[in-house]
Amino acid sequence: MDKGKAVMGSGRRWAVDFTDNSTTPSSRDIPDPPGFYRASQEQDDSAVTKQKKDAEANWKSQKAWEVAQAPFKNLLMMGFMMWMAGNTVHLFSIGITFSALWQPIGALQGVGKVFEPYKDTLGIWKLNTLGLLPTHVSDWVSSLPPAKEVEYSGGGMPLR
Amino acid sequence: MAMAIRSLLIFLCIQSIAVPTFSLYEDQAGLMDWHQKYIGKVKHAVFQTQKTGRKRVLVSTEENVIASLDLRHGEIFWRHVLGTDDAIDGIDIAMGKYLITLSSEGSILRAWNLPDGQMWWESFLQGSSDSKSFLFVPTSSKVDKDNTILVFGKGSLHAVSSIHGDIVWKVDFPDESFEVQEVIQHHDSNIIYVVGFVGSSHFDVYQINAKNGELLKHDSAAFDGGFSGEVSLVSKAKLVVLDAARSTLLTISFQKGEISFQKTYISDLVKGFSGIAMILPSKLTGLFAVKTITATTFISMSSEGQLEVVDKINHATVISDALSFSEDRQAFALVQHGDSDIHLNVKQNHDWSSDLLKERIKLNQQRGFVHRVFMNNYVRTDKSHGFRALIVMEDHSLLLLQQGEIVWSREDGLASIIGVTTSELPVEKEGVSVAKVEQNLFEWLKEHMLKVKGALMLASAEDLAAIQGMGLRSSEKSKMTRDHNGFRKLLIVLTNSGKLFALHTGDGRIVWSLLLNSLRQSEACENPTGINVYQWQVPHHHAMDENPSVLVVGRCKPSSDALGIFSFVDTYTGKELKSFGLDHSIAQVIQLPFTDSTEQHLHLLIDTSGQAHLYPRTPEAVSIFQLEFSNIYWYSVEADNGVIKGHGLKSNCDGEVANNYCFGAREVWSIVFPLETEKIITTITRKSNEVVHTQAKVVADQDVMYKYISKNLLFVATVSPKASGDIGSATPEESHLVVYVVDTVTGRILHRMNHHGSQGPVHAVFSENWIVYHHFNLRAHRYEMTVIEIYDQSRADNKDVWKIVLGKHNLTSPMSSYSRPGVTTKSQSYYFTQSVKAISVTSTAKGITSKHLLIGTIGDQVLAMDKRFFDPRRSVNPTQSEKEEGILPLTDSLPIIPQSYVTHALKVEGLRGIVTVPAKLESATLVFTHGVDLFFTRLAPSRTYDSLTEDFSYALLLITIVALLVAIFVTWVLSEKKDLSDKWR
Repeated sequence: MDKGKAVMGSGRRWAVDFTDNSTTPSSRDIPDPPGFYRASQEQDDSAVTKQKKDAEANWKSQKAWEVAQAPFKNLLMMGFMMWMAGNTVHLFSIGITFSALWQPIGALQGVGKVFEPYKDTLGIWKLNTLGLLPTHVSDWVSSLPPAKEVEYSGGGMPLR
Repeated sequence: MAMAIRSLLIFLCIQSIAVPTFSLYEDQAGLMDWHQKYIGKVKHAVFQTQKTGRKRVLVSTEENVIASLDLRHGEIFWRHVLGTDDAIDGIDIAMGKYLITLSSEGSILRAWNLPDGQMWWESFLQGSSDSKSFLFVPTSSKVDKDNTILVFGKGSLHAVSSIHGDIVWKVDFPDESFEVQEVIQHHDSNIIYVVGFVGSSHFDVYQINAKNGELLKHDSAAFDGGFSGEVSLVSKAKLVVLDAARSTLLTISFQKGEISFQKTYISDLVKGFSGIAMILPSKLTGLFAVKTITATTFISMSSEGQLEVVDKINHATVISDALSFSEDRQAFALVQHGDSDIHLNVKQNHDWSSDLLKERIKLNQQRGFVHRVFMNNYVRTDKSHGFRALIVMEDHSLLLLQQGEIVWSREDGLASIIGVTTSELPVEKEGVSVAKVEQNLFEWLKEHMLKVKGALMLASAEDLAAIQGMGLRSSEKSKMTRDHNGFRKLLIVLTNSGKLFALHTGDGRIVWSLLLNSLRQSEACENPTGINVYQWQVPHHHAMDENPSVLVVGRCKPSSDALGIFSFVDTYTGKELKSFGLDHSIAQVIQLPFTDSTEQHLHLLIDTSGQAHLYPRTPEAVSIFQLEFSNIYWYSVEADNGVIKGHGLKSNCDGEVANNYCFGAREVWSIVFPLETEKIITTITRKSNEVVHTQAKVVADQDVMYKYISKNLLFVATVSPKASGDIGSATPEESHLVVYVVDTVTGRILHRMNHHGSQGPVHAVFSENWIVYHHFNLRAHRYEMTVIEIYDQSRADNKDVWKIVLGKHNLTSPMSSYSRPGVTTKSQSYYFTQSVKAISVTSTAKGITSKHLLIGTIGDQVLAMDKRFFDPRRSVNPTQSEKEEGILPLTDSLPIIPQSYVTHALKVEGLRGIVTVPAKLESATLVFTHGVDLFFTRLAPSRTYDSLTEDFSYALLLITIVALLVAIFVTWVLSEKKDLSDKWR
């Protein structure tokens, strides 16, 4: 990913930009050196630059697709693993679910931000199928202590 | 393929959560359990010291145990526990190699091999009438000669061969009401004398030929004054007996074919005699003892029949039978009580003035009076005669005295426990010395090195033994302070003898014992008995500076209308704090769920007239009680009348004992069972201190069922009167078992079920919202266990998540029995292959851990069974979600897994009760089983999910962590170096 970033940023190791986009010489502090014509230079290099730019754009779009597809592949892989894990709460399925939940958060530093919502939903959906989301009555009442009784009664057979 | 992998994975996961059993490895036995063997209060003892080899004493006890004890250390060589209805009438040694026992009121005669206790033969003696029974083994000079044993039982005299137990002859006495008192056969004589009474005033003598049982002669004589009970045979042909008024001694001579009476007034012999007298049972020659209220008088008889007082002892005195220790010399032991010591005198029969032996033995603890004494002699190295005495004390302990010392003692009172409660140990005080820690550190390291060796399988056999030994004598478990997990406690047990013991749960040792003075004979209470022991004060807030105490409840006489006795005992020190007699009888003791400011539990005692008495008798207790006054009820079960009654309280007592602490009763409800069709045999209720974690039971698909959890429920089992006898006494058509679940506040019957063709005995356990009971199905000829689960229908409609999230529900609102909550019950029966002596259930501190049933089987073992086996929702083909819930497929019978016997290889002989106590650690429960033996263990019904096991090797964990850290550091350094070299390239 770092590589892609570098490519998208410049494509070269280093460069000194001698061009100046300002058109009015009066605004510049330093006058143009003698023999320098601003308009002619832009027109001369235009063909070469265009070729270069096209190649760069192609390369960029290819890389972008790769980057874009990587999370999708991840998604597929994750889905497969979740299916493998089944719907019962075990060490195995818990591990997979947590990794599914963690991956989007981990990937936040990276790119492919578009796909992150899908990943998150996948983890939550998995949690739900595992029954770990408190969406049922049983999740809320199982910790309720038994109700207190108003009356108290004791006794039994006479002691022998 | 994926499906296969998935199912394999699921299978593996289910395997890991499958039904846990308590099985343990062989080397784990005794780590957290202990087992103690007892025999009970000794009734008879015979010594076997003639031959060389290990000397032993053979005893029979009131717990129907016969045992052979090592005379040197008091250990049990072998032991047999006969059934509860097989009481032992007499024991003796025949032919020097068999122990003969007569039991079941003179109807069963058995011979046991002396060295190993194997039964040699058994004879059933038939007879027509119930009578006293005697065992008479004639002593013969020749060992190994086939002696006939004379047994009187069931109204007949039998002569039984001692080699194979065949009945040689049998004599029925012509007069049915003939009560035999003595059977006399003189040394190598062929005539047997049988003497006894007919009616209250006739004295009869039969002479019988010892060879063939022929009746030779019958004499009879009448005496106007009548006879009373005890007979003392003073010489070959003379008996001493008291007349019916117990004020005149009668000397009866009978041998020369005629019977003559000679009267002597006791007041002539004993000065200042008044009231009644008793002849002490003894077999001395020429001497007998008469006990009056003030003293024990020894009276000698000359050969002419002249009576003469030889001594008068004011202390409590016990005498042994005569022992002939050399040619024509007989001796007997006389034991008297001093203040804290006992005096043992051995005297010769004819010479009262001199003692063969006079010893004073100091008792280091209070054991009460001597109840019985048995004597034995031995020959010292200098050929003189020495004597040892086996004495049975008031607290049922057994002591061997020899040469003025207690050689050994056995606390056999623990064989008859009638009440169990627990107490916490003191909190550990701070301030452990540094030296101790340093010393411990070395020990600790050494221990852990050994454990690591064991874990890495490097340990030698010696090391393994050392590791096991370490676990067994771990000082940690027998400390006298509270532990973090709550495993260390004191078991406070009350025994039949009125002695209170505190046993340490760690190793079962007796921490203290106390013979309660209030439960001993006194002028106020003639024959006091203990009823039970209850927790009285359990300090939580003042745990550092206040001691817990228990309340021992007893009554003056065994009858139910006798006045009650209270005794309070500090459980740390074992001292009686106070005791007093009550001014009312005790029919019920109800522990109320309230405590006062000093953390004393409020108790409500119901007397036989139905009045309630509040304890402790303080104004504060009354004010606490008044707050809840209208909500307190009590119920009484009158099994004989077939009535269960519910009562409320009235502010005043009816009778003359009106005080602020006495309350009257008003009848609220009653359930009357028709006596001709139903007879109450069992009632059971929930344990009042049981903790329930939740009211909801989550079933398959996240559905919820609400348990009906109420402490005011009573399970009642009734059978048809015909079927109340033993199994087989009634046909399936005429027997039925009806069970009820009754609300004890309103008398409402929540559940009723009829088992046609079933009968008792019913053993039941009630916990949370379920009941499991054990009964016999006559049609299937098998035992069954049935479960009833009760669910609350009035709460079942709490199904909306949002209402519950927002707290709009009635689930925590207080529940009243008068609101008539709707209930549903689920029930299911399963076959069970064993008959049962007791059922109990595990209990934990918070009630989260799953429950196991503890079943005391007929084989005197304790079987733990998961409650899941008793689920009424088990079906033949459980759905996937039901399987996930843990529902097992339905089977018609319950499996008995040998590994789930918590007593493993041991037996708790004569098992009577199983008590479970929660530990502080939620996963653990303490189980105490008592009978003739005691057994204690710690269980984890759902395994120890909240703690590491005791043998977890912390050192191994540490070493692993250190090794990992080192490895990380080394690899980090290596990778840095590699990176650097890569960059230089």
